[in-house]
Amino acid sequence: MKSLKKLGVLGLAAALSLSVVACSKGGGGQATSTSTGTVELSMWTHNAGNKEELAAIKSVVSDFNASQTAYKVNLQAFPQDSYNQSVTAAAAAKKLPCILDIDQPNVANWAWAGYLAPIEGMDETLSKFLPSTVAKYDGKTYAYGYYDVTLAWVTRKSTLNKYDIRIPTIDQPWTADEFMAALKKLKDSGDFQYPADLATGWTGEWWPYAYSPLLQSFGGDLINRTDYKSAQGSLNGDAAIKWANWFAEMGKEGYIAKKSGSDPSQDFMNGKTALLWNGSWTAVPTRKKFGDDIVFAPPVDFGNGPKVGGGSWTWGASTNCADPAGAQAYLKFAAADKYVAEVAKDTNNIPATDAAAAMVPGFEEGGENDVFRQFAKRFTVMRPETPGYPFIATEFEKAAKDILNGADPKATLDQAVTNIDDNQQQFAG
Amino acid sequence: MSTATAALAATGQEAALRGRKRPRRSSGRAAGTAWAMLAPAAVLMLVFLIVPIILTLSLAFTDARLISPRPAEFIGLANFTRLFGSSAFWHSLLNTMIFAVVIVPVQSACALGLAVLVNAKVRGTNFFRTVYFLPVVTSMVVVSMLWMFMYQQNGLINALLAKVGITGPDWLNDPNTALFAIILMSAWQAMGFHMVIWLSGLQTISADLYEAASLDGAGGWQKFVHVTWPGLRQTRTFILITITIAAFSLFTQIQIMTQGGPLDSTSTLVFLAVRTGFAQQQTGYASAMSLVFFVLVLAVSLVQRYLTRDKEVTR
Repeated sequence: MKSLKKLGVLGLAAALSLSVVACSKGGGGQATSTSTGTVELSMWTHNAGNKEELAAIKSVVSDFNASQTAYKVNLQAFPQDSYNQSVTAAAAAKKLPCILDIDQPNVANWAWAGYLAPIEGMDETLSKFLPSTVAKYDGKTYAYGYYDVTLAWVTRKSTLNKYDIRIPTIDQPWTADEFMAALKKLKDSGDFQYPADLATGWTGEWWPYAYSPLLQSFGGDLINRTDYKSAQGSLNGDAAIKWANWFAEMGKEGYIAKKSGSDPSQDFMNGKTALLWNGSWTAVPTRKKFGDDIVFAPPVDFGNGPKVGGGSWTWGASTNCADPAGAQAYLKFAAADKYVAEVAKDTNNIPATDAAAAMVPGFEEGGENDVFRQFAKRFTVMRPETPGYPFIATEFEKAAKDILNGADPKATLDQAVTNIDDNQQQFAG
Repeated sequence: MSTATAALAATGQEAALRGRKRPRRSSGRAAGTAWAMLAPAAVLMLVFLIVPIILTLSLAFTDARLISPRPAEFIGLANFTRLFGSSAFWHSLLNTMIFAVVIVPVQSACALGLAVLVNAKVRGTNFFRTVYFLPVVTSMVVVSMLWMFMYQQNGLINALLAKVGITGPDWLNDPNTALFAIILMSAWQAMGFHMVIWLSGLQTISADLYEAASLDGAGGWQKFVHVTWPGLRQTRTFILITITIAAFSLFTQIQIMTQGGPLDSTSTLVFLAVRTGFAQQQTGYASAMSLVFFVLVLAVSLVQRYLTRDKEVTR
């Protein structure tokens, strides 16, 4: 009798714990066949909070579903903040969707971890894409994106003319000396709270995205890219130290805020700053405010050429898909110029292909936004395509912040190199 | 979370004490019902507390990663060797200690002050009780964002200081003031909660005692020292332990306001563990940190319980 009771209680406890487990179920899913023989493919995207982009992706999906009867793609949108965790959790439970979007710098990490399946047979199509929109790891292509973003110095013709600063062109960007002289002039005028704004108030991926190109323009890098095994000499060599000293000086001299406001383009538009280092996404509001007076100047050449970051959200297939051919079919279908143009247009980003650029107002050759496409084409350095990148990114952010706040550049970078090298070891062999 | 644990532990002990006094004569049926009643809480505790603690314990000795195609391998004490050799860890430990040592007396004293004020028999105390409690029901994330703006170099606080002729520092971006600024704001936010606890303590003190003290000619301060303070003994212990544990698990403010900077001046153990475990994907190493943190909190709580033990009972 007593043992029966115990069993009952145990059963109740088990049922309760099962219901806890059941709560975490649902969501993800694999390819399932319906009675009509159509295979359903699940697809995840990060842009639940981004109306325009989600609508554009939805129309690609519905076009695909209408174009054939073998497959039906079911789209599920996640908020960006929890997207990566959702994918990681789904991967642990082997419940990844067939098709998913991936932030480009994470592709190598996820490919190495076995989340992603290589994309086959699209080499010719993807050869027309901007290199920064095609995510590769270990010689294989894992994902492609519809668009890219890029970086530029946002400023005004009237400001530059007033302080007698040359308006740089894509073929003749500012040199380091020119740039520093310009900052000094702007600073001495006392007309601005800070002459320049690097958006140092932002955190996370912005730091490696926006500031590692500066490091690369000095001749340094986040890691030695011949074998991706060590950052020794790249992140703490002479060029990197020069970058670090420059970065610290920018803060010390008051050329930039060590922690700028949360909305740097607003500060720029309000005349608090004269030069804004920011992404192509600032084009819409700043142009609206200043019209023809706005200048999107190329990155400064600190000795090793002007550099910008590259890589945005990309699409790929997972290894959990029960019908890999279906996922590949969708990826092929969705790579058409028409869709590239649609998604890029709705998100105000740089279209990935020339043909698509011609279809998006502003991005056609000579258009007002063509300059961003040219920067992306000519100056892009990708963030290192190694599974250790997420770690490198956090180390770089911390090191750069510490240097800006007065830490010893050499010691700080040496420490970052040691940490990165330790972490890279696991990827060897 | 840790607050809840402490409270649970406390009630558990009391239950055990009471249980010992009573004769045991529960029937099988009653025991079954008891188990059934216990099950929901027990399952939740098991799944969200006990299992994670055991996992932490075992992961701390492996090189487990958040994302990796390889299974975790046992690496002995390597994580701990690395941890104790890391300057970031010692910085974070020191910051955590400073935070706890400063905030425990400051916050509990201010909360007691407020409690005594709103316990006064005057009109409008309910209004003030509500006002003082408002920060507690506001999300810490929101509070942190607001204070971030107030702490800016040209923010509200410096504007007020300027009125009295003081040039305020750049609170959150100066290694010398950042931790202090966070302590101040955290104390302000959590004070209301402890005010309510103190208040409940104050109201258990019988009015007769005050009346008797008045008859003996005691003044306000004497009444406080000889009636109020001794009467708050149990409340005091509870507040001491809950504030200490909450102080040790300082995270949200740091994550939002400073991300551990500038120059590690506001990095704390929990912040470091979360950064290592999630942003840097080093699950094993982060587990080692959590384990050290767990042992630390446990040790401090045990010491506190020993020091504040009820001598009547233990004798």
